[in-house]
Amino acid sequence: MQTAIRYLPLLLLALGWEVTARLHLVDSSALPSLTSVGAAWVDLIRDGELIDNGAASIYRAAAGLALAIVVGGGLGMAMARVKLLDLFVNPLVELFYPLPKSALIPVTVLWLGFGNGSKILLIFLGCMIPVTIGAYNGARGSDHALIWSARSMGAGRLRMMWDVIMPSALPEILNGIRTALALAFILLVSSELIVSQSGFGYLIGYLGSTGAYEGMYAVVLTVALLGFGADRFYQLLMQRLLRWRE
Amino acid sequence: MAGEAQIVVQGVNHTYRPSHGRVVKALSDVSLEVHPREFVALLGPSGCGKSTLLYLVGGFLPTERGRITVEGKPVVAPGPDRGIVFQHFALFPWKTVRGNILYGLERQGLPRPEREKRAQDFINMVGLRGFEESYPSQLSGGMKQRTAIARTLAFDPNILLMDEPFGALDAQTRSLMQTELLSIWNRTPKTVIFVTHDVQEAVYLAGRVAVMSARPGKIKAIVDIKLDKSDPGLLRSKEFVEKTDEIWNLVRDEAIKAQGTVTT
Repeated sequence: MQTAIRYLPLLLLALGWEVTARLHLVDSSALPSLTSVGAAWVDLIRDGELIDNGAASIYRAAAGLALAIVVGGGLGMAMARVKLLDLFVNPLVELFYPLPKSALIPVTVLWLGFGNGSKILLIFLGCMIPVTIGAYNGARGSDHALIWSARSMGAGRLRMMWDVIMPSALPEILNGIRTALALAFILLVSSELIVSQSGFGYLIGYLGSTGAYEGMYAVVLTVALLGFGADRFYQLLMQRLLRWRE
Repeated sequence: MAGEAQIVVQGVNHTYRPSHGRVVKALSDVSLEVHPREFVALLGPSGCGKSTLLYLVGGFLPTERGRITVEGKPVVAPGPDRGIVFQHFALFPWKTVRGNILYGLERQGLPRPEREKRAQDFINMVGLRGFEESYPSQLSGGMKQRTAIARTLAFDPNILLMDEPFGALDAQTRSLMQTELLSIWNRTPKTVIFVTHDVQEAVYLAGRVAVMSARPGKIKAIVDIKLDKSDPGLLRSKEFVEKTDEIWNLVRDEAIKAQGTVTT
């Protein structure tokens, strides 16, 4: 019941959409009816277009995000523990932080071409920032009594990083990853829209330019639902990983 | 006391130099010898450097001036020969009671069946059977500290460093834990350095009490406590009350001084 109420606004929006389109309150090419969008979605699935392009996109996003988590997480924790590294890297992070990462789309293409490499690099660079910052702040906040306890029980410095610093920083790292997850979708679709021969963004651009607006809307909705689903799934994962907290 | 000292602290100084805030001289020319299986209390007002001294023996802070040796070897880093118990437990919040107690055993490289058995023995010993899979956030203060003590005892350090271990507990739990600690100490005699600012606690637990002066910390006096700890009426006995008074008189001046320095 509660779930029903929570999703009621979405249902109303869908209804409003359908009615607006059916009554031709706006130009039908600007807003095709939701049912025709649904039909276009089924067609796109049937001829494999959505599946193929979706797979390409998900591969890029997953690879970029995974790299960002590993490198950003490691870098952030190392910065928190090694003063020299902090002094050296922190200004770079601060400089890079406010830069709109989409401005790097042409740059990454210049370096790595039009294929997967440039998308993965862009997503990696953009997503690394929130993960690095989360890991850095989380690791700096770790309790020295925990570090000392682990050291006195025989953990070496590296072992202690993995056993104490990483789990101490985990809540903030996970928050950083959540931000990165949303950013990955943004960067993915915008880079594919501009320079790509495959992917969700490409498909949206292609269908839009050929006047297949039902199909275009179908892909946009698919990306929105995927993003929503990924975030919900991620929140459940977070709860599970942090169940040791009250 | 007969025999070689196990822990030797010689002319140790320590100054905190935080990157922000003022420099604090915590210890000035402190010397102390502790013999094997001795229970020594470090007693003094807050801010007298007693915890600093404990951390130096633990190898958590670098020795700047002076010398600290444990069993003849200079202390350069923390090690499993010196287990520590902190006031705020320092349990790994992401590990269960069992996971916390297993941690040190894993680091010591004990084979799995042996670690499991040893962990369970210590869980039973501190009366936490049934709470093996609980996380620290689900435990009371007393249970947390029992877990922390079991975790440290389980990997069998020769020396137990205790940093106001019962300071965060309520009065009843504290008194029960004191009795429990004494009985554990009687069963598995280890060397204990016990930091506290509670005179009664020091007299009740320790064989010797080192009274520290206010900042910068120095050892003002070392008092032998020769009391029969197994006497159930000990806390009300004349000898106990006299010892407590004697030490309280030594501490009081320092406590007043310490209060004065807070405001300067």
